[in-house]
Amino acid sequence: MRVIESQKIVEAVSEKLIEINVELDPAICKSLEESLEKEESFLGKELINQLLENSRIAIQENLPICQDTGVVVAFVEVGEEVRIKGETLEKAINAGVAKGYEKGYLRKSMVSDPIFKRVNTGNNTPAIIHTELVPGDKLKIKVAAKGGGSENMSKLKMLKPADGPQGIIDFICQVVDEAGPNPCPPLVIGVGVGGTMEKAALLSKKALFMPPHEKNPDPELADFEEEILKEVNKLGVGPLGLGGRITALGVNLLTYPCHIASLPVAVNLNCHAARHGKIEL
Amino acid sequence: MVELTTPLNSDDLEKLKAGDRVLLSGVIYTARDAAHRRIKGAIEKKEKLPFPLKGSLIFYVGPTPPPPGKPIGSAGPTTSGRMDPYVPLLLEQGVKGFIGKGKRSQQVKDALKEFKGVYFVATGGAGALLSRCIKSSEVIAYEDLGPEAVHRLEVEKFPLFVANDVHGNDIFQQGVEKFRIS
Repeated sequence: MRVIESQKIVEAVSEKLIEINVELDPAICKSLEESLEKEESFLGKELINQLLENSRIAIQENLPICQDTGVVVAFVEVGEEVRIKGETLEKAINAGVAKGYEKGYLRKSMVSDPIFKRVNTGNNTPAIIHTELVPGDKLKIKVAAKGGGSENMSKLKMLKPADGPQGIIDFICQVVDEAGPNPCPPLVIGVGVGGTMEKAALLSKKALFMPPHEKNPDPELADFEEEILKEVNKLGVGPLGLGGRITALGVNLLTYPCHIASLPVAVNLNCHAARHGKIEL
Repeated sequence: MVELTTPLNSDDLEKLKAGDRVLLSGVIYTARDAAHRRIKGAIEKKEKLPFPLKGSLIFYVGPTPPPPGKPIGSAGPTTSGRMDPYVPLLLEQGVKGFIGKGKRSQQVKDALKEFKGVYFVATGGAGALLSRCIKSSEVIAYEDLGPEAVHRLEVEKFPLFVANDVHGNDIFQQGVEKFRIS
């Protein structure tokens, strides 16, 4: 068994969350720069330039890219040969969140009791943690700081198998069109297809961890992602929703086998500030 | 580019058209979900308001905490639609404009027309860039709400777009129609 001190997890999570909130993912920067050539709207170009300028100012001034520093979502892969010493994994991750959000001057955006009291928990915990047991002696944590604006515009629908690929495209376009300016386009779109209701939602969130221009390893899915992106960018929503060609920077899709009667589709939207980081201990 | 300084008078507002780019200077107040709930309660119970509503501009924002040496942290707009139910009441009380991001309901657009108010949008996700235009920030009410407390901000050349003008025009509708391929 390999022993990992829980304090190591606390420190790593804290530092990674500060880093991803301040430094815009280089893959997103590249994607934004490339989109400038395709954007036909003068205003749209101006807004993309503002977002690029914003990412430079954030680093210069050591400020978060966006004031919504998000809810922390963690996907954890625990090696079967790993033993965590000290606090539990969940406590360690949450302690890392609390430490990072205080030290990094990040906004605390979590409320307890979603229905009645809605009192701010004061340290941005709890994080949303998904744990998976895998072979090996490593502990891998992928963290995201997920903004509320884009999360609120995300949707899930149980389609009929007969709806097929066109039904999936239509649903994604409907979600993006109805969301309009609210999720802060240009977007990164995570799509989960298959499994069950909760599996599709989980896949759509996982898909957001992939760089927006990364091609799906499955050629059929790669073509499908490209087709979805093309259709989404015909909507005209554009940067900030003020009209333009670049409504989304990329679409990432993950699939899973499903029941003969089902075709679950989850669409998780992310603004350009797709804040994701990887930790390996 | 239109340069405006608060307080905004009816003439200033009348001239603005959806799509205009504005650089705003002067004093604005912050309020988002929880603060709006409290302000509504204060109006209904005729209690003390956090700031004089008449002639004011409300910025929907929950900034990050100010790092040492800075007046404010990252401070971009939040989604305005969540504050839609409060707009008619606030316009009635004399609020002249709102700053946020995203679409407004038809009810809000009608109320803006009726009360001659303007809805501006700031660039969503550009909180670091926008914070540079905020020269001072002071929590003036509801401190217990943390990031949702009401701040008085002094801004200088704060970059905005007019989204809904007093004439009923809507930048979102106009912009998207121009670029949609059906």
